Amino acid sequence: MLIPVALGLGFLGLLGFLWALKSGQFDDLDGAAHRILFDDDEQPKHGA
Amino acid sequence: MTEAPTCRHCGGPIPADLPGEFCCRGCEGAFHLVEGLGLERYYARRSVDPAARLLRPDDDSGQYHDFSAHVSVDDKGEASLHLMIEGLHCGACIWLIESLLNKQKGITWARVNMTTRRLVVRWNPDQSEPGTFLAPVLAVGYRLVPYDPERLGVETQRQEKELLRAMAVAGFAAGNVMLLSVSVWAGHFSYMGPATRDLMHWVSALVALPAVAWCVRPFARSAVSALRAGRTNMDVPITIGVTLACLMSLWETLHGGEYAYFDSAITLLFFLLIGRYLDSRARGRARNTVEHLLALDATAVTVIEDDGSQRLMPPHKVAAGAKVLVATGERIGVDGRVTDGRSDVDTSLLTGESVPVPVEVGGQVFAGTINLSAPLRLVVSAVGERTLLAEIVRMMEVAEQGRARYVALADRVSRWYAPVVHVAALLTFLGWILFTNTVWQEALLYAVAVLIITCPCALALAVPVVQVIASGRLMRQGVLVKSATALERFADADTVVFDKTGTLTLGKPSLEEGGGWSKSDLTEAASLALASRHPLARALTAAAPAAQLAEGVTEVPGMGMEIAAAGTRLGSRRFVGIADDSSGDGPELWLARPDQAPIRFAFTDALRSDAKEVVAALGRMGVAWNCCRAIVPPPPSEWPSPWG
Repeated sequence: MLIPVALGLGFLGLLGFLWALKSGQFDDLDGAAHRILFDDDEQPKHGA
Repeated sequence: MTEAPTCRHCGGPIPADLPGEFCCRGCEGAFHLVEGLGLERYYARRSVDPAARLLRPDDDSGQYHDFSAHVSVDDKGEASLHLMIEGLHCGACIWLIESLLNKQKGITWARVNMTTRRLVVRWNPDQSEPGTFLAPVLAVGYRLVPYDPERLGVETQRQEKELLRAMAVAGFAAGNVMLLSVSVWAGHFSYMGPATRDLMHWVSALVALPAVAWCVRPFARSAVSALRAGRTNMDVPITIGVTLACLMSLWETLHGGEYAYFDSAITLLFFLLIGRYLDSRARGRARNTVEHLLALDATAVTVIEDDGSQRLMPPHKVAAGAKVLVATGERIGVDGRVTDGRSDVDTSLLTGESVPVPVEVGGQVFAGTINLSAPLRLVVSAVGERTLLAEIVRMMEVAEQGRARYVALADRVSRWYAPVVHVAALLTFLGWILFTNTVWQEALLYAVAVLIITCPCALALAVPVVQVIASGRLMRQGVLVKSATALERFADADTVVFDKTGTLTLGKPSLEEGGGWSKSDLTEAASLALASRHPLARALTAAAPAAQLAEGVTEVPGMGMEIAAAGTRLGSRRFVGIADDSSGDGPELWLARPDQAPIRFAFTDALRSDAKEVVAALGRMGVAWNCCRAIVPPPPSEWPSPWG
């Protein structure tokens, strides 16, 4: 039956979201949007 | 794009007479600091937010904040400090602050939260201390205020997280139940057997019932507390409606009935929770500004013990009656009476008055003001919640959540509304049963629809939210809304009265050109003025950037500066010994040297660049304006005519 499979997958997604919420990934939504634009400074720069 | 040259560091305009790329020494220093650490890409990357404070270092960025009272050390020996940041513009600022901190020794973690404008630093206390590693951040121009994470916003954050969690569960359940329902609806047209339909209903019930039971809690809690207080609010019909719909659907499912409405109940909850979450986020932002103000209060206080030793304490731990020492340039953390010392106090935070107020023994000083010219000893009269600053914050909160007339109207309406809604729903139910041949389930469904649709959400939610957000925004611009009805009474205003310096004028004195002084007089005066934090002395030094601090300058609080050895004095009329006061009024400083006639430096408070526009705009709106008391009247010719 497909219903348990569908429910199970949905439930996994829900668990994932709750985990993300608990681990603080939703604490700073504005900051996260900007953070992706930062270059990693620890990498040595090559060329220009 | 820009007509006037702007400062390379803070982006503010450069005073016309200043060569170079910076508007002040602080900015120049900050730029070289950032460049020296290889972080100059910051300037290319940032976008300046016009609403935020200019990133200009304070003239006294050495202004001593003692952070140690707010440091907490965990059991692994790692120290941490929570700070609020002022001057955050965009993502690049986060990057700059974090890079500035992470490049230093001993820092194990530094993270800026852009939503709440807060910074958490953790470090190894053996390798570094807050004063050292925070210095570059202060020098670049951010202002940092330590705060106690236990005291601020914990409750709100917890609620917000609960809403988000409930929203996630509701979303999951709504999606899945909807899928099942779609197949049931399709089944109505394609001869789905009752057994399959019942199975679908059972699965829906299995998913929806626990989800509803969990997600309805925020509403139910508020409904129950309202009912307990003998009132109703809009959460009551929501809770009753959703519960009724679920119970009816469950009954239907148990009896193999044709209609179940789990999907409607859970989807409705999902949408309502989205609304609640957004509402709470918007309110949280407005509240942040109030918390900022509260945090000003939370700087450490130096307490003098009975045996004469000094101890730093967070202000809320200081008892009334304790003796407190306030150093020059420090923000006063408590309300108190002066027992020793004489100084000038900057009260602009509380009163908006930009000219410092002199205080003497016996005078009252208030938390949130800054001690400018000499150390003061105080006897504490009030701390924490009872200070004037806390009073103002409380007034703000009352104004924000206050029963403004329209809010009160909305409240009154919803108070009458809710009973009416319930009665109407009951009548609907009875009416359908008595006068038509409908089954009771269907009648109940109509009743539930009446309950939910007539919920006065717009009135009861929207009006307070507008109130909260508007006063939060105003406050960020420096306008304190002290009355709950202020916003709506504004609509009827027909005259604007400008009071005090700093409304139409900049609120900062600047040296008036063309007194009887020469360039060398100015330089000499500035060499004395450098020793003081008094605004007039600052204005003088700003006019003579080349001056160096003279040797042996002492400050006489409330009077001026002098070099006792040379007999040179700079200060008030009284201080230099001039009796007549015919030479005009307004703020002034006198420079007196032995064997020379005293020289007067006059200061004006320049008009704001947009003052004329503001007054003109008021005129166009048909609002008269008036000026109540300008401490430094600008020349009348500069005043725009009221209707111009």
